Amino acid sequence: MTASKQETTTEEREQIKQETGQILNGFSRKRPGLIPILQKVQGKLGYLPREAMTAIAEYLDIPAIDVYGVVTFYNQFRLNPPGRHSIKVCLGTVCHMKGGYITLDAWKRRLGISPRETTDDREFDLDTVACVGCCTMAPVTVVDDKPEGVVEPTRVDGILLAFGYERETKDKEKSESD
Amino acid sequence: MKTVSLTIDGKKITARPGEKLLRVALENSIYIPNLCAIRDKPEPSASCRLCFVEIEGGEEPVTACTIDVTEGMVVNTRGEKALALVRAGFELLMASHALDCAHCPANGNCELQKIARHLKASLKTKRLRLLLRELPIDDSNPLFTYDPNKCVLCGRCVWVCRQNIKSGVFGFAHRGFERVMTTFADEPIGADRCLDCSQCVEVCPTGALSFKEGKRPSTEDG
Repeated sequence: MTASKQETTTEEREQIKQETGQILNGFSRKRPGLIPILQKVQGKLGYLPREAMTAIAEYLDIPAIDVYGVVTFYNQFRLNPPGRHSIKVCLGTVCHMKGGYITLDAWKRRLGISPRETTDDREFDLDTVACVGCCTMAPVTVVDDKPEGVVEPTRVDGILLAFGYERETKDKEKSESD
Repeated sequence: MKTVSLTIDGKKITARPGEKLLRVALENSIYIPNLCAIRDKPEPSASCRLCFVEIEGGEEPVTACTIDVTEGMVVNTRGEKALALVRAGFELLMASHALDCAHCPANGNCELQKIARHLKASLKTKRLRLLLRELPIDDSNPLFTYDPNKCVLCGRCVWVCRQNIKSGVFGFAHRGFERVMTTFADEPIGADRCLDCSQCVEVCPTGALSFKEGKRPSTEDG
């Protein structure tokens, strides 16, 4: 995982700065506040963009790299905006035995992103999890909080196809109602 | 002034109370392998796990960088139990080190080579599988090059950087095997936020931070 490659517009950057500033005002300028601040900012923005991290570092008077270090240390924090659909590939023991990493490769190839990244159109984000508790269905991929069983590379294509279909019908409905 | 006397490897030594054992040994020219120890840092990070020694009366080996010297302390830096730990730690370090001494700028002036000689250990680990990360080399700074594949995460450069620039350029990010000494957002070091004091290069125990051709200050002066 690397820092966000997502392009933000000037408008978005202004909004990020403003909202981060508002949250920061509720905290004292002490370093122990870093994690609560990060949680609250992510709660509001959905992720921790560059502008938010530098604003937090400035507010707490600590090096920006220290904020980045904490953000990249904890799985809870994300550097990329969440996609409309979330794909979480299970790499727990059983899913690993059943080729979960091959499934992960298929997702990476199809979406063109690495774990903890988001597609350019912000349609999908990809992540890994360590066991979701339904090992009999291994290898498992959690699609929008719904666990899908036996997700092998062909099933990856199937799931994506269903999303594509959904998207198309939605567009059609829209064009019909226009 | 009050002093304490202790024995290290049979040598009688007097030291100021409250000093760290590692410091006292090094100042009395008794070498104990170490990478992460920083003289002026108030709290030792004790992360390299290479300064294990045995103290008489203690059951397990201890890290010399965290132990205060006390009156009558008897220390053995060559105990088998301690050296077994040091060797294991060193092997683990070398298992993810991009070893290429012949082409490395630190060759001959490398802490890892020194430690290997001291332990009579090979730089190439035979027991463990080599696990390299193949991270990109950063040569964006005009003075020096950073090769994270040779970094041992000792933290010396991070420390010295913060002594010179309040808002430190260097720090650690990511977790576990992916942990790396880096900059904010893993961006190139470049020149604009760095004062070019190049002290990070001076303190680097390996070839991870090295001067570019003809940029070493001493060669420039004379």
